[in-house]
Amino acid sequence: MWWELFVTFFKIGLASYGGGYAMIPVIEHEVTRHGWMTAQQLTDVIAVAGMAPGPIAANSAIFVGYQLDGVTGAVAALLGMVSPSLLCVLFLATLFARWHRHPFFVAVFYGLRPVLTGLILYAAVRFARANGLFLLSGSHAGALLFILGLSLFLLFRFHLHPAWVMLLSGMLGVFFFH
Amino acid sequence: MNEKARLLIRIFLTFFKISPVTFGGGYAMVPLIEREVLERHKWMNEKELTDVFALAETVPGAVAVNSAMMIGYRLAGTTGAAVAMIGVCLPTFLIVLALGILYLYLQKEWWVASAMEGVRAAVIALILYAAVHIGKHARWDRKTRLLLCLSFAVLLLLHIHPLFVITGGAVVGILLKFRVRRKFFLRLKKAVNLENEKRESKAG
Repeated sequence: MWWELFVTFFKIGLASYGGGYAMIPVIEHEVTRHGWMTAQQLTDVIAVAGMAPGPIAANSAIFVGYQLDGVTGAVAALLGMVSPSLLCVLFLATLFARWHRHPFFVAVFYGLRPVLTGLILYAAVRFARANGLFLLSGSHAGALLFILGLSLFLLFRFHLHPAWVMLLSGMLGVFFFH
Repeated sequence: MNEKARLLIRIFLTFFKISPVTFGGGYAMVPLIEREVLERHKWMNEKELTDVFALAETVPGAVAVNSAMMIGYRLAGTTGAAVAMIGVCLPTFLIVLALGILYLYLQKEWWVASAMEGVRAAVIALILYAAVHIGKHARWDRKTRLLLCLSFAVLLLLHIHPLFVITGGAVVGILLKFRVRRKFFLRLKKAVNLENEKRESKAG
């Protein structure tokens, strides 16, 4: 089990450019493919990972690993997640201290960033569907949409810190859904 | 204790200290790393550190972890990179584990269950926010906008592995850039030829 976790998160680590949320669709794809979790369970993982300090990507790996195989799983997932970066840092980045200005990498990121944007948007749609936000009927979906809208407003208008947004929506959740 | 061991301990403690106070992922850590590395320890100058952050985004993985490893590597080689990595990951590892265990115990409680319902909606907002954030760093023109729509549609319609889409994006980027450059050279050549012809006709 821990080996499978390590290999899976190694792949996820390899695919996560731009840090943080960019790897969510990749985790989602791998985790549901293995039948380890549903997209809704993964939403909770990301919520908990986001409430803890530190990088979201690593935190999610730790929590997924823990749920599947205890502390061993958590360590395996975390090591799998950071190994590709460590290898890249050791073998590539140090060779070319300023390689990010090289036309080749400028070209790579010219194509990569729009695709990553699409990838994260896709993740948002997947999670919205998994959590019943597309059921445009009933007070439940209405309340969810209200929280979503309010969170978006606070994030974009006031740049409120993600941890505060989650705390606030948690309180609203207790108020709406108890 | 020799010099090297002392440096390693200092690297470890620096990142161990920064890591638990940064909520909300990698970018939140940037100002704290700046303060520690530039002002307190004077390990690097500002230009070097800017390069480290830019590089950390080019390498796969979390930006915070990558930057820590690169700073560790610059200071003390491979051991330095490993020590910095452990320093960054250890506190959050313990905190996530504690939070995760707490969540698994409490998830059936009515108030946790209903709070999580609300938080899930907020997570979707956070993901959208992240999409906009990374979109801001992209260079937008007609081609990249098309690329965004294309990748979104492909992911939504065909359930393929995101890794293929990411690789595809990189390849398309290279193709577009280098084709554009070839076009530019062709145009330049034409202009030079025209200039030569003019000069020749004048001379003639």
